[in-house]
Amino acid sequence: MLNSVKGMMLTLASTFQGLKKPVTREYPKQPTPVQPRFMGFPALTWDSGVGEPFCTGCMVCIRNCPTQCMSASMMDNPLNEEGQSHRRKIVDYFEINLNRCILCGICVEVCNFDAIVMSHEHEMSTYERNGDRVALPGLLDIGKKYQQETAWIPPTVLAKAKKDAEDAAKAAAAEAAEPAAATQEAD
Amino acid sequence: MNAEPVEMLLNMGPQHPSTHGVFRMVLWVDGEKIVDVEPHIGYLHRGSEKLCEGEQYHQIITLFDRMDYVANFNNELVYCQAVEKLMGLAVPERAEYVRVILCELNRIASHLLYVGTIGLDAGAMTPTMFAFRGRERIQSLFEAISGARMMHNYFRIGGVKEDLPDNFEQMISDLLPQLKEDVEESDRILTFNEIFLIRLKDVGGISAEEAIDFGFTGPCLRGCGVEYDVRKAQPYSVYDRFDFDIPVGLDGDCWDRHWVRIQEMYESLKIIEQALQQIPGGEVVSSLGRRLIRPPAGEVYVRAENPRGELGVHLISNGTDRPYRLKVRPPSFCNLSAIKRLLAESWIADSVVILGSLDIVLGEVDR
Repeated sequence: MLNSVKGMMLTLASTFQGLKKPVTREYPKQPTPVQPRFMGFPALTWDSGVGEPFCTGCMVCIRNCPTQCMSASMMDNPLNEEGQSHRRKIVDYFEINLNRCILCGICVEVCNFDAIVMSHEHEMSTYERNGDRVALPGLLDIGKKYQQETAWIPPTVLAKAKKDAEDAAKAAAAEAAEPAAATQEAD
Repeated sequence: MNAEPVEMLLNMGPQHPSTHGVFRMVLWVDGEKIVDVEPHIGYLHRGSEKLCEGEQYHQIITLFDRMDYVANFNNELVYCQAVEKLMGLAVPERAEYVRVILCELNRIASHLLYVGTIGLDAGAMTPTMFAFRGRERIQSLFEAISGARMMHNYFRIGGVKEDLPDNFEQMISDLLPQLKEDVEESDRILTFNEIFLIRLKDVGGISAEEAIDFGFTGPCLRGCGVEYDVRKAQPYSVYDRFDFDIPVGLDGDCWDRHWVRIQEMYESLKIIEQALQQIPGGEVVSSLGRRLIRPPAGEVYVRAENPRGELGVHLISNGTDRPYRLKVRPPSFCNLSAIKRLLAESWIADSVVILGSLDIVLGEVDR
């Protein structure tokens, strides 16, 4: 009998606690914040410096996708002929079937051009069965929104900055060690 | 009036809330007594093992996420270990610790879900709310680390996807005291409750010999008094560096299985605390793991302790980028095989509790 009463006391205590400070959220009115690493639907990024997508349509994400939810094609980049862009090829057509996507993030990992990201978009309901098949302009829109919200920096740029900093630190350490070695030799 | 006993056929499931998924039992009942039972599985069969043969090695991790969908990290670990063993790949120390911390957190999350559902099965609604609150906290941490609450795809062959986030230490030091409280609360509210004891004690008992014959593993076997845990019997990863106990039951009834799971949550908390103290710095993925994975021809069997028992993976490679065959030994499936024996001669009302105490996940049973 005692343990049942103890359990009821616990329930009562947390009822009052919950009235003071609720644990739950009134979801549609109060959207849940997502974590920085949250993996929502994949989206394509926009290179605002040049004014074209990062994607070159190289198909590496399509070959690595476990569910074959994407398709793409590539074309010659008109901006490259004019000398504005360093990309010789550019994406012509890209489509992701977000109903089929399992949000695993493999496409982001294998991409060599920082062209695809897992956005924070996760609330997309449509009325048709194929309504979640998003083509290039839609994907770029989601990507632009994500880039703005998170102040996105391309991962390769980040990695290069990190490597440069490490190299600089190493060089500084070597320089600091050199005079010491030189004095030792002199001795 | 003629009052002769008549056997009746009662169809339970597949869309029954107490069958924990899509599991169907055909019960032959004599009044309130169960005479015989015919389990039907396969409603959630997705052909995962066959699908594995068509996917590249790094893509298969996503399939393992979806087998036991309440213990995703533990599943990913077994598969990654199998491929690493086949390739002879050494995993960086830090990655091993990250894996252990996440797996033990996942074990607590899985057992908390169990506490919630066994409460519902026994007729108590409140413990579910307590248990899910704790589980939700763990899943928020998982989201911060891996980017997904359940289907993480975070472990890699040769390490993990990326290092822990910068504010991880802050997050885990906030979480652990809360989690300890959650585990204690879910223990206090249910385990020694008189009604719960009457519902579970001396119900669905099985002897140790029989349990071993049925291939029981995990908390179901330890509830019978057999001290067997793969983490101790055949330590994998870095489990040999931690000091923890194996909780063991006495009679092998439903309550013992419940008690073992509750105690295991405390042990998992102990392991996490030790791992956080020992965790070294450095790389989290070996450089070999970043290339195209093409293990040499050969076969390997790897097993590990999941929240439900021993999960084994038998992987056969023929030297290409896809496995030749991948067989999974799911703990839930072997534990469920005893359902006919456990339910025989029990009451209809107890059948739900007995099934709940086995803690099956149909995604793993059917694969």
